[in-house]
Amino acid sequence: MGALAYITALNQALHDEMARDDRVCVFGEDVRIGLTQTTKGLHERFGDGRVVDTPLSEQAFTSLATGAAMAGQRPVVEYQIPSLLYLVFEQIANQAHKFSLMTGGQVEVPVTYLVPGSGSRSGMAGQHSDHPYSLFAHVGIKTVLPATASDAYGLLLSALRDPDPVAVFAPSALMGTVEEVTGELGPVPLGSARIHRAGEDVTVVATGQCVHTALAVAEAMAGEASIEVVDPRTIYPVDWETIRASAGKTGRLVVIDDANRMSGFAGEVLATAAEQFDLVAPPRRVTRPDGAVIPYALVLDQALLPNGDQLTDAIRAVLK
Amino acid sequence: MTTREGGPAMGAESRAVRLYRTMRLIREFEERCLAMSLTGEIVGGIHPYIGQEAVAAGVCAALTKDDVVASTHRGHGHVLAKGADPKRMLAELLGTTDGLNRGRGGSMHAADVGLGVYGANGIVGAGAPIAAGAAWSFQQRGEDRVAVAFFGDGALSQGVVLEAFNLAALWRLPVVFVCENNGYATSLPVGRALAGDPVERAAAFGLAARAVDGMDAEAVADAAAQAVERCRAGGGPAYLECRTYRFHGHHSYEEQVALNYRDDAEVGDWRARDPLRTQSTRVDAATVRTVDAEITALIDEAVEFARAGRAPEPHEALDHLYADGTTTRPGVMI
Repeated sequence: MGALAYITALNQALHDEMARDDRVCVFGEDVRIGLTQTTKGLHERFGDGRVVDTPLSEQAFTSLATGAAMAGQRPVVEYQIPSLLYLVFEQIANQAHKFSLMTGGQVEVPVTYLVPGSGSRSGMAGQHSDHPYSLFAHVGIKTVLPATASDAYGLLLSALRDPDPVAVFAPSALMGTVEEVTGELGPVPLGSARIHRAGEDVTVVATGQCVHTALAVAEAMAGEASIEVVDPRTIYPVDWETIRASAGKTGRLVVIDDANRMSGFAGEVLATAAEQFDLVAPPRRVTRPDGAVIPYALVLDQALLPNGDQLTDAIRAVLK
Repeated sequence: MTTREGGPAMGAESRAVRLYRTMRLIREFEERCLAMSLTGEIVGGIHPYIGQEAVAAGVCAALTKDDVVASTHRGHGHVLAKGADPKRMLAELLGTTDGLNRGRGGSMHAADVGLGVYGANGIVGAGAPIAAGAAWSFQQRGEDRVAVAFFGDGALSQGVVLEAFNLAALWRLPVVFVCENNGYATSLPVGRALAGDPVERAAAFGLAARAVDGMDAEAVADAAAQAVERCRAGGGPAYLECRTYRFHGHHSYEEQVALNYRDDAEVGDWRARDPLRTQSTRVDAATVRTVDAEITALIDEAVEFARAGRAPEPHEALDHLYADGTTTRPGVMI
């Protein structure tokens, strides 16, 4: 199918699913003009009733989507800034997510929370640079983190069709990237990992933009070690079978994840590996530091993000 | 006025009986629940609605089966007034699989979605934007349905409620915000919690706002009918502040630890205006006796039904967590 930009993929998934299912509607700030580009053209095509510019009332429009979903719509809520999710954690974690169980299965809440531009945005400083997907995984919200354009299309499509709340985190670092896509685009099931590169010596589990860091490192270290790069794609639920099979084959594991270290996704992979995988060396993880707040100065911003050099060191450590 | 169920026009007297029956049902249910929570048969305690029955009965009398309500942690009255089966409601409070929520919700989350009850809610004010969302959906689809959000006076200090007012007024959503001002947010008197007048606060958003005597079911029913008709006619959202009082504590726990933050004279004054007694004077004595006997029998039956229920199995603890049956890893893996 040719070159597909990540941002176009998100936009295309919304166009395609809104055309297919008239229950899908979009709430968010500046979604009519498509400020983030993800909702571009939707208003012209689908109109006021389905593309709703909201006042700056994140808590209200997040739960508005819950009520609309309970009444039969399939809303998408877009957030321009990842940290806004802290504001609406009540509405997502404590309301939308809990209704299915609390009502004994009487109701579904099919809302998609779309966060284009999650993570550091280079110079956006403390309140615009978090990558808070682990929080959502912790409370049990289905959480996806696509690393490529085709995965962005396919995972967003699956999120839109899912009967439960799903949070879709599109990393800022990937919004402008392009993938050469062969074949047709289609849904990517939630909870399915993607092996980007096969290898024999080390398994690198990489998330979001770190997948590309891992692929570059794997290529650069090709003469030194055969590295398998696995992208879980869904942070929750996790495709443990694929990760287990890969780690079982290589016996060595490194995780690279652009989120804070403490209680993060990388820690969960390591803990699961410690409990269940048959590794020949202690696993390592490359993450932001504990409790990191991204500083403004670019050099400081980048100093806190996991990078290829750190990954290379971690891979060498597990190879010893 | 015609009923929306398509029945014959109802005179004032039959509405009076209907309101009395609903209030009697709630009262009897709540008194039995309170006793059962004090003995520990109902775990977690309850937030008794006793004293506030006129609000649930009056508002729900203006609604049809297709309308929806989002309720509060003091939600039993709303759920029952909307038509939920008291047997299954009590079974829910006893945590059995026969409960409305199969024992997964309990007192604070009791829901009957088929009857438009989007659930009691454990977070103050949380239902307001949810009801507004349902109303948005009805409006988009051109459906003749209305949503009601119940909340207490404490919720007027929650930002999300005011955000919901704004959205509802801006988009003229068919939603009625019903504030049950019972004078206290747990122990905090309303005078020490709210700046300004709550009705004016709602009016400032453009809601059709008024206060009504929340101890008078007929007055609430009249005001609610007007608000609901306004919504159905596309007139936009309304706000109804029902001035009422809870005769018991915020939570049954208060009875156990004998908390006291209201003076007896105040409670006595409000009890003298018992909405159930007021409504009983509008119904002939023979009908009152008949209704009372019916309700007592109904609640006896509910207690029997609930006690005979089966507790869910431990291995079912996370059933219904995901609508598509996604299962999670156990907390202990060996």
